[in-house]
Amino acid sequence: MRTRVVVTGLGVVAPNGNDPQEFERSLREGRSGVGANLSMEEFKFACRVAAVPQRTDEIAAEMFGEDELMAMNSSHRYCSIASIQAWQDAGLERPDPEGDEVDWDTGAFLGTGVGGMDTMGERVVPFTDGGRVRRLGSTAVEQVMASGISARVSGQLALGNQVTTNSSACSTGAEAIAEGAARIRAGLAQRMLCGGAEGASHYIWAGFDAMRVLCRNFNDAPEQASRPMSASAAGFVPGAGAGVVMLENLDSALERGARIYAEVLGAAVNCGGHRGGGSMTAPNPEGVVRCIRSALADAGVDPSEIDFINGHLTATGADPKEIASWSRALGRGAENFPPITSTKSMIGHTLGAAGAIESVATILMLSGGFIHPSINCVDRHPEIEAFSASIPDNALDLPNARTAIKAGFGFGDVNSSLVFRKFEDA
Amino acid sequence: MTEDDALERVVKILTPHVRNEEALANVSAETNILDDLKVNSARLVDVVLAFEDEFDIEIPDEDVDSVNTVGDCVKLIVGKAN
Repeated sequence: MRTRVVVTGLGVVAPNGNDPQEFERSLREGRSGVGANLSMEEFKFACRVAAVPQRTDEIAAEMFGEDELMAMNSSHRYCSIASIQAWQDAGLERPDPEGDEVDWDTGAFLGTGVGGMDTMGERVVPFTDGGRVRRLGSTAVEQVMASGISARVSGQLALGNQVTTNSSACSTGAEAIAEGAARIRAGLAQRMLCGGAEGASHYIWAGFDAMRVLCRNFNDAPEQASRPMSASAAGFVPGAGAGVVMLENLDSALERGARIYAEVLGAAVNCGGHRGGGSMTAPNPEGVVRCIRSALADAGVDPSEIDFINGHLTATGADPKEIASWSRALGRGAENFPPITSTKSMIGHTLGAAGAIESVATILMLSGGFIHPSINCVDRHPEIEAFSASIPDNALDLPNARTAIKAGFGFGDVNSSLVFRKFEDA
Repeated sequence: MTEDDALERVVKILTPHVRNEEALANVSAETNILDDLKVNSARLVDVVLAFEDEFDIEIPDEDVDSVNTVGDCVKLIVGKAN
């Protein structure tokens, strides 16, 4: 029988909650984490709203020493906080930083979409251009190397299995979970910390603003700016944060009596090959449909068993196409379409962290028996009018929901899909 | 600037990087920065930059190579500053 993979710990640093409990409360209440952004205003962005986690420097100062904090930019901080949370939530103790013990059976897939752009923009570029390379000190490399976030966490937790950083744009966070689950199934690791992080920096967001894909119509009403599936959706709101899940071999979880939130029943990742309407910036619908179906097949789940969907749904023109792909992949028309929600309606698009934070949301919804509202969808997009009843405007109790599906789609025409099941019995 | 004054300021700059609190509590001119205080060797680069800022001096890379103890730092700094 195939090795079963379960979720035994959750960690999250989101724009509307700095731990799973606060995040769940915000999700239930439909609380937005989007706010006005002074840097975007100062530097004349068209979009001047962003979704940024709050009070994270204080939290980081309680968790990490001064020496380490000096080398931790925003993505390092978010990723480290969420990873330590997930670790402790899984019932594990933080190891002695001066001890020699290494946990050879636990590794990490902690991805990022863009990486340490704040360090690049604030230090590397101005210091280098100013002829002051020497003044960069020793901490620039570890903050701009793509694998910096996973490397950071491996030191904090003495991880000795595979530790790496994946990157597949906005598919990154969900891909990390898929890859971690695969490693455990292959018998190569007992536990994997999986997820993604994205820093908060106008340097990360500038290129998206130039592409005109960020929302510029709601600068005076930040909480209304992220409007997935609405007719007035005018682009995504850039976000930041981290989501991390502790994946564990079921036998290991049972043996140590760990609390089990959910099972990763199935996973799939693929690429649309930039064909059939796909491109660097748009998904090939065939790739999306295949990815969702592959995850269902991997899970051994019939599409009729899906109780709700947490979509990618960024609040761009791609939302109606995504709904059409879900409908085709599941073979379920508007008349029997499951509830579908967008966590991005509250936290914006956290890029490389999105799939991970939204997976944490999905797991919290499954274990808590509810679906969070997809806020600001007051005017359904005309193309998805028929699916209107499936979009929750308020939190709904779903006590009997057992199976949920999450997907993430990224620039580069890459896709990932995860099927989670509420954990009932071994 | 006296050596005592410099020692106090050197220790303050080293403190966030120290991983052996006991050695820090008993710090003296003979204390070895890497072996006793367990400062990560990569961070010496940042320590030297902080010395330059604190004492308004320049410390060429070749001078750094001969620094092993807290006392070596003090001597180097006092020599440059005076």
